This record gives sequence, structure tokens and C-alpha cells, in this order.
Amino acid sequence: MTAEIVLQIFRFGFLLLLWLFIFAAFRVVRADLFGGRAGRVASVPPRAAAGGRKKNRGPKTLVVTAGPLSGTKITLGEQPILIGRADDSTLVLTDDFASSRHARLTNRSGQWYVEDLGSTNGTYLDQQRVQGPLLVAPGQPIRIGQTALELRS
Amino acid sequence: MSGTPSTDPRAAAPGATPPPPKRRGTELALLGFALFITLVAQAIVDLTITGSLRPDMLTFGGWITALWVVAHLVVRKFAPYADPLLLPAVALLVGLGLAVIHRLDLAAEQVDSTVTREDAPVQLMWATVGVLLFVAVLVVLRDHRLLSRFAYTLALIGLVLLALPAVLPSSISEVNGAKIWIRLAGFSIQPGEFAKICLIVFFAAYLVDKRDVLALASRRVAGIELPRGRDLGPVLVAWALSILVLVFERDLGSSLLLFGIFVVMLYVATERASWLLIGLGLFAGGALLAYQIFGHVQARVDTWLDPFAYRDGAGYQLVQSLFGLGTGGLFGAGLGGGRPDQVPVAKSDFIAAAIGEELGLFGLVAVIIVYLVLVERGLRTSLIVRDAFGKLLAAGLSFALAWQVFVVLGGVTGLLPLTGLTTPFLAYGGSSLVANFALVAILVRISDAARRPAPPVTPPRTALGDAPTEVVQS
Repeated sequence: MTAEIVLQIFRFGFLLLLWLFIFAAFRVVRADLFGGRAGRVASVPPRAAAGGRKKNRGPKTLVVTAGPLSGTKITLGEQPILIGRADDSTLVLTDDFASSRHARLTNRSGQWYVEDLGSTNGTYLDQQRVQGPLLVAPGQPIRIGQTALELRS
Repeated sequence: MSGTPSTDPRAAAPGATPPPPKRRGTELALLGFALFITLVAQAIVDLTITGSLRPDMLTFGGWITALWVVAHLVVRKFAPYADPLLLPAVALLVGLGLAVIHRLDLAAEQVDSTVTREDAPVQLMWATVGVLLFVAVLVVLRDHRLLSRFAYTLALIGLVLLALPAVLPSSISEVNGAKIWIRLAGFSIQPGEFAKICLIVFFAAYLVDKRDVLALASRRVAGIELPRGRDLGPVLVAWALSILVLVFERDLGSSLLLFGIFVVMLYVATERASWLLIGLGLFAGGALLAYQIFGHVQARVDTWLDPFAYRDGAGYQLVQSLFGLGTGGLFGAGLGGGRPDQVPVAKSDFIAAAIGEELGLFGLVAVIIVYLVLVERGLRTSLIVRDAFGKLLAAGLSFALAWQVFVVLGGVTGLLPLTGLTTPFLAYGGSSLVANFALVAILVRISDAARRPAPPVTPPRTALGDAPTEVVQS
């Protein structure tokens, strides 16, 4: 029969192993959660997501500040946000000056870029017409037709 | 990744850059960890009880390693984006179950040295069958949406499987008072375990079809949105079905499982809490009725309310289980250090009590958390998958797992009346193990679809009048 001390090592060692497994599993869960949507983790390596606090300070909501939808808030995740009159847009505008697929906001490593999707009347960041993707800072107004949007942390 | 965004809109499209991770490496690492725990558990059991490793340890280790390697390779090939946690969690549970069953085999041999119990090798065979089914499902079912096409066929198969034991003569179908078996040529299977999956697929397909009418058409009565009478049909049918199972098969567990799954899927599909209330009401009515009519339900409830009053009879099992859990305390007696064989049928229905006794509260909670991880991954899959059928199916399958664990552990710890459900993946029993492997295979398939990058967005052609002016950039 095995010595008592060995049995005790078995007893607690095995519990420790079980909990280490759970710890490892939770690390994966966490990488998934803070990397946002499951498929998007690569742009932020798990370690960076855990260590870098920069991401947590990034913008969290998209707020409509002017226009018919004024007051609407959209919580930002990892998915791009489509803005336009089309029904499948993330933000469906009822604005005569907006195109059906007007603009898109894309998250890249916690920063948001606005991009015009070939709209008729254009998208403006501050006063500048958006041509290629532009970095949007929190509080900077994005104007689409009569609608104005901004990112808030 | 470079900081300067490309001006090509296609490049900014989600999924184009960078290629999303498949996380197969993570899965392999965790699988290796689970395998290590499995082997350590076996070694501890042998060393504690007999003082030496058993001779076939190498065969066992090789066999189970091969199982998980095959499963992993198939996932890598056929579902490369699948959730990395589903398979390792299953591997850990199966491994732990094998260790505890092996430990109970040894206990039985110690009590009576003339017998050799071979339940653990049998369970390993069933695990092999389970992995083969897992592989088959992943290889054959390339898109989970295909399942919705066979919804009504599957419903029929499910009902037949469910009803079969009730129709067959008791000599074939009855074990310990529950008519839920088919025993043929030395094998006994519980078709109800497979019926469960078929019916979940059917519920999901049906509800995707009907959820608008179930969610929108309603009358407001006393502040609660009540569905129309005619829309109550399906839930009443599910209720009647579960009552019929209870009557003809004397199977409290499956009846509870089916009804719970259907009510929750209805709730998930419609987002209307009134279905939960209706379900709870119907459940209360059904439970009351069952208690008054059926003797075996009454007996179960009585032993649940006061197990110690029946400690020599119907309550013996539960009382032994509670003593076992009490003996285990916080840290348990160590694998092989307790007497979990004191609980009748500890291998199947009461394996949680055996784990509680030998690994203690910490071990049992760890096992529950592994289940939690499994269910969480399932529900997360349900959240991120893009099609409604996949969402409902993943939610239903995950809930079925969670509900089983809850009902079984509730029964073992005396929180709920005892039912005949099995602890998924842990408990001894071929049908349950194989069926749950199929269930997880479907979840893996859906999670692969959910985490796979979206196909490049091609804006649908708009009518010419509505089309925006294209700006050609140089």
C-alpha cells in the first residue's frame, strides 16, 4: 500500500490539476470575450487584449446626435456597423439624403474607421469628405445627410 | 498589423484581413491536458487501491489517446473554425467518468474477489462508438441547415424511438421498473436518448417557421401577453407527449427533459416570458396530476421530502449518496480512498455522488464548471451563429445538456426528486454516451459555421434609380 503522504499528494494534486484545466479553459473563454466576436481574436493577440488597457478605453457606443434618429445609441462590438437606408443596415436611416448603403464603421484593433460606400451625397468626418477609410476619434462628428453621429467611450 | 488603413474597401471588409484564427492549436493543447488528467486519474485509482499500475494501462492510454487524436484531426479537417473548448471539455468528462467507473469496478472486485467487473472497458468501447458517431456526423453533415430539411422525418423517428419501448413487451423493455430500454442480443439501448436529439432538431425547425405567429399574435390579459388559443397547440402537444411518456414508460426524467426543452426553446424563439409562465403552469398541473395518479411518482416525491424516513427502502440510495457527499467534505477522500460503492448503482445514476465523495466539494464543483463551460460555449455559438435555425438548435442542445446536469445533480444531492436521467458523458451507459457525442458533434458543426468568417460582402444589386453614383478612384 502506498504511503499516506503520497495519497495526500494524489488527493490534492488531482484537485489542483482539475482546477488548472478550468483555469486554462477560462483563459480561452476570456480571449474570446475580450477579443470580441469569436472570429476576430487575431487582430488582438490574447496577451495584448489582457494586458493592454487601451482597448477598454476605446469607444463603446455610437450615438446619433442630430437628425430623425437623434438619441439612438448602438453598442459597439467587433462587427462593422453598416449605415444606410437598406433594411439590413445596422443603423437604418430614414433620411432622404442617405443612400441605401451609405457608410461603414469598421473596428481595427480597437480603433474605428469610417468608410464611405459610394454614397450619392457623401459622408463627412468633421468638415472633411470621407474618401478612403478614416480614423474616427471619440466625439468627432460624422455627418450623413441630415444625420450626425459620434463615437463615445 | 500596419496602422495605415488600405483604401481598398474590400480589404477593410470583415474577415478579409487578418485571417481569423481557427484556434485548433488551443484545442489540441487543452485536449492534451484533458488526456493527461484522464491518465493521472487512472494511475491514482490503481496506485491507491491495488498499489501498482494495472497491466493494460498502456493499452488503455494508447486507445484513449487515439480516440481524441482522431476526433481532433476530424475537427481540424471538417470543422476548422469550430469552438476550441467543446471537445476538450467532453474529453475531460469522459476521462473522469472512465476513472470513476474503473474505480467502482475495483471496489466490486475487492468486496468479492471471485468477480471481475469489466464496466470500464465496456464504457471505453461505447466511448469509441461515440467518437465514431461524432466523426460520422461531422463528415456527413457539412452544413447544419441541412437538418432542417429533414425536420418532420426526424420528428417521426424521434416519436417512434420514444414510443418503441412502451409498445414492446416488458421482458424486452423494462429494467428496474422503467420501460425505456430495448434489450437485444446482450445489448441494451435507451432509444429515448436519441429521440431527444431528433425532437430538438424538429422543435428548432418548427419554431423558426412559426415564431412570428407565436410571438406577435397575442391578447393582453391582466398585464401579461397571452398567445392565442390556437397557437397554444404545439406546447400542449409537447405537454401531452411528455405526460404519455410518463404514463407508459414510467420515466419521470425524460418526461421532464422533453417538456423543459420545448418550453425553453419556445421562449428563446419568441423572446416572450409568457411562454415560461404557461410552461410553469402546465408543469405544475402535470406534476400535481402525476403525483395523485401514479404510485411511483408519489414514492419519488416522498423519499425526496424525507429520505431518512425511508432509509431502509426507497430512500436507501439517496441516503447513501448524501452520506457519501458528507464523507467527502471539501476535498474528498481522494480517488480510490472512499467507499462510493456503498451507493447502489453508483456507476450510472449516482456517479456524481461517487465524485463528490472522492474528490469532495472542490472536485464536484470543478466538474460542474466543466459542464458550465460546455454549455456556455454552446449558448455562445447560438448567439453568434448567423441563421435562426442554427441559433435555436444550438440553444436547444446546450439547454438539454444543462437541464440534464441540473436535474441529475439536483436528484443526487436531494434538491429535486430523483429522476432517471444520466449525467452526460460521465455516467456509465452506452446510449447516453453515444447520443451525447452526436449532440456535441452537431454543436461543433454549428460553432464552425458561427465562427467561420463571413463570406465577402457583395452588395446586392440595387434598382437603377436607387443606385448610388460610383466614384472611380485612381
